[in-house]
Amino acid sequence: MKEALVEKYFRKGHLPHLWCPGCGNGTVLGAIVTAIDNLKLDKNDVALISGIGCSSRSSGYVDFNTANTVHGRALPIATGLKMARPDMNVVVASGDGDCSAIGGNHLIHAARRNIDLTLVVFNNSIYGMTGGQYSPLTPPGFKATTAPYLTIEPMFDILELARAAGATFTARATSYHVPLLTSLIEKGIAHKGFSIIEAVTGCPTNFGRQNKIAAPALMMAWQRDHGVMKAKWDKMTPEEREGKFPIGLLSERNDVTEYTKAYDEIIKRAQGAEA
Amino acid sequence: MALKFVTSRCKGCGICAYFCPKKVLTVTELNKAAIAEGKENDCISCGQCEMRCPDYAIFVEREAK
Repeated sequence: MKEALVEKYFRKGHLPHLWCPGCGNGTVLGAIVTAIDNLKLDKNDVALISGIGCSSRSSGYVDFNTANTVHGRALPIATGLKMARPDMNVVVASGDGDCSAIGGNHLIHAARRNIDLTLVVFNNSIYGMTGGQYSPLTPPGFKATTAPYLTIEPMFDILELARAAGATFTARATSYHVPLLTSLIEKGIAHKGFSIIEAVTGCPTNFGRQNKIAAPALMMAWQRDHGVMKAKWDKMTPEEREGKFPIGLLSERNDVTEYTKAYDEIIKRAQGAEA
Repeated sequence: MALKFVTSRCKGCGICAYFCPKKVLTVTELNKAAIAEGKENDCISCGQCEMRCPDYAIFVEREAK
């Protein structure tokens, strides 16, 4: 991230941040800040709401309207804020466990309502802060503190889950593909409706060490080698797709009414306007 | 070229050194990113280090046009 953006948007007294050496969360937060700067939004018109977990510490480092809330409940609190202040650009930072397990129900209902929030899922495939337990987004066949003989559970495709529940913008990038990640977050904020951007990122300490890929740069190189742009992914055979994942804008639709707009109509009707 | 290091923030993860296309960067014994010996004039200001640094500890200083 450019130095001028650190100067402009960060609470510099809180740097260096507490994330481990090589943790991709810093890179993802940099992409969020760059996207907001590219959109030329006033920082007073932006809110960054987070839940609990390593990634959710991100809200403490940046000078927007921020709240580090309760585990899994970033989306409900962001929903409340958006209902009270529909003019505000509300971005939600959540981890894979925070968002898909503890807050899984909130995720599907926020998506169902199509409320204009931009959710950035920092997916490091593990519960980092609590010591490396596997999450619903840990792929099968990996070690975790709670799976010393390898995980056997299939993982969620969180974007498919959100899309099926009603999210109108789903996209994925990684902490290696920074320009792509930045542009997708930008598009997600500009999109009027529920946007979810999965940022695949590395946890060298709690995922890497247990799975013998502890070098942070190697985790990023893994993302480079396994993320496939959607256009290419669509032409690949199931065998070629094995072990890889699609990145880019995966789905977008603009034919669904956004929730705060629909609610405005209800307020007008309740106040006696003609239906 | 000019690279600016904020060593107080650098945690020596080595991401900048790994992805530097010109192998300009290295991680010192003190676990900080630095310019490798003899590579002082090799930086092409591509910005890959600045873009991915998770700790906002390395910046490319571009000359004002």
